[in-house]
Amino acid sequence: MSNTVKTLAVAGAVAAALAGTTTGVEAQSKEKCYGVSLAGQNDCAAGPGTTCAGTSTVDYQGNAWTLVDAGTCADIDLPALADGTARHGSLEPLDRDLPA
Amino acid sequence: MSVTQDQFRRAMLDPAAPVPDGLLDGADRPAGRRFNVYRNNVAVSLTEAMRTGFPVITRLLGQQNMDGLSGLFLRAHPPASPLMMHYGAEFPAFLEGMEQLSHLPYLADVARLELALRRSYHAADAAPLAPEALGAADPEALMQSGLTLVPAAILLRSPWPVHAIWRFNTEPGAPKPTSGAQDVLITRPEFDPIPVLLPPGGADWIAALMDGHSIGDAHTRAQDAAADFDLATTLGLMLQGGALRSLITKKD
Amino acid sequence: MLDTTHDTLPARAGVGYKPQHFSQILDTPGAVRWLEIHAENYMGDGGRPLAQLRHLAERFPISVHGVGLSIGGETRLDPDHLARLKTLVGWLNPASFSEHLAWSTHDSHFFNDLLPLPYTDATLTRVADHIDEVQEVLGRRMLLENPSSYLAFDESTWSEPEFLAEISRRTGCGLLLDVNNVFVSATNLGFSPQGYMDAFALDKVGEIHLGGHDEDTDDHGAPLLIDSHGRAVVDPVWALLDHTLAKSGPKPVLVEWDTDVPDWPVLEAEAQRAARALSLVTA
Repeated sequence: MSNTVKTLAVAGAVAAALAGTTTGVEAQSKEKCYGVSLAGQNDCAAGPGTTCAGTSTVDYQGNAWTLVDAGTCADIDLPALADGTARHGSLEPLDRDLPA
Repeated sequence: MSVTQDQFRRAMLDPAAPVPDGLLDGADRPAGRRFNVYRNNVAVSLTEAMRTGFPVITRLLGQQNMDGLSGLFLRAHPPASPLMMHYGAEFPAFLEGMEQLSHLPYLADVARLELALRRSYHAADAAPLAPEALGAADPEALMQSGLTLVPAAILLRSPWPVHAIWRFNTEPGAPKPTSGAQDVLITRPEFDPIPVLLPPGGADWIAALMDGHSIGDAHTRAQDAAADFDLATTLGLMLQGGALRSLITKKD
Repeated sequence: MLDTTHDTLPARAGVGYKPQHFSQILDTPGAVRWLEIHAENYMGDGGRPLAQLRHLAERFPISVHGVGLSIGGETRLDPDHLARLKTLVGWLNPASFSEHLAWSTHDSHFFNDLLPLPYTDATLTRVADHIDEVQEVLGRRMLLENPSSYLAFDESTWSEPEFLAEISRRTGCGLLLDVNNVFVSATNLGFSPQGYMDAFALDKVGEIHLGGHDEDTDDHGAPLLIDSHGRAVVDPVWALLDHTLAKSGPKPVLVEWDTDVPDWPVLEAEAQRAARALSLVTA
């Protein structure tokens, strides 16, 4: 691909991307602070916080652990990679997982 | 009899250790299980922090497994700072080292995604690049220009379908993940981070920009990595998510 | 620095701020006249936490309450953490800054709990040095809070009220009196909570805390109260507040509710009760 062709391709892609973009969102309004877009999930997104309180829950015997059957991982069946290593740059087709 | 903080700390994290001498109840008797209040406070608060910080791993493993793992993790890796919002940075590597979890090799990358979402949530605010700035640029100059990302935009590449696994565990009715590598760009259009699935080559283009390459060079690299690289879709996702910070025009 | 006009905490009711209450605090604050935040939760670089805090600070005096400075730690204060605190306090210009008579960090490991100290001359010197350093770095006076105690140190030679009064005398810091902590410690260690208050340097108190606790027992079946902040303040603690306010005069009174956080009306009702207790006190 010549440089000119490439430049045109990139310029065309930029124009196409711009055409599909809506703008004009006012950032940091009070309403945005409420977090209505993901009601109830905002605290999870923030991650853990601090505590200055104690607990009466007894759970300090944490030196051993054995995996028990539980959780959604049992529903997910992914064949292991042949060589067990990351395959960056050789991505599998992603089309089927792209949002419609 | 004095008790050092080192003695206190060791006994606190080891449930089998005797309570240090010199700790009493109000009637000068040995403190006994009163000491367990501190053991519980530390273990429970950090276990809850792990549950809060890794909700998808908790769903994948079930809470009983997650809490048990957290008991091991918090003793191996107590927080390195009082900023609990970032607790668990060593958890992906810890998961990779757990023999009992070797049949779930994707867990570590899912944990990396959850850590990245938290980093994005707390990242510095930055006004995103106005799309018009791209539209106004001369095409030849644009090829030579660079693009920087806002601090809340984080790129994550995985040989596993991390985005599909994340959706399956956070969105009701999301499809069951199937195998395949997935690259994710976390964007934060306002205050809520969103993991955006990138099309083939998208991550290569973004990674090249982050390494300081020009838009044109990054395009070549992305096409080398994926012949069907779609710049319009990739750029559109970034603009929509407010992921771009500024256009760096080459000074001749 | 934010342009706020709240130089001091009012002698009114306040609550510990929880993000899920953001909109209701602004819309229906009721008896709540000021808010307290945990410093460490606002040490991120940006995003919603700091944006919310900016909005709240326009309306309410804010108390910044640190939980991670480890003022009683055997090792030096973490300079990185102190710098983060200076950044937050410098930006927010809060009405008050307070921390705990406790330790939480050792060998660069933070344990996310307030751990106890022996009340000895050595501890006193160390804590006073650390408070001097904090007050110098922040360029402001801080308040130091009495802990909840579940055990005592054989080596202690000071009573807690005398220990705190001496720290205040040496450093010039004020005191944050947690009335629930006094009740919890008094029950757990078998002393009189009223006697504790009578020995306390009430003239140095810049803020009062209230909170709920859980009940457990020790090896001998004796009551062991846990400072859980997970339920309403109990009547004996309200009575102890009345006893204290009668001697101290009006003070800013805060209700802490940190676990099993209730809906806003329940927390606001606790603030109303604190406001009623304050209304019975004359300056």
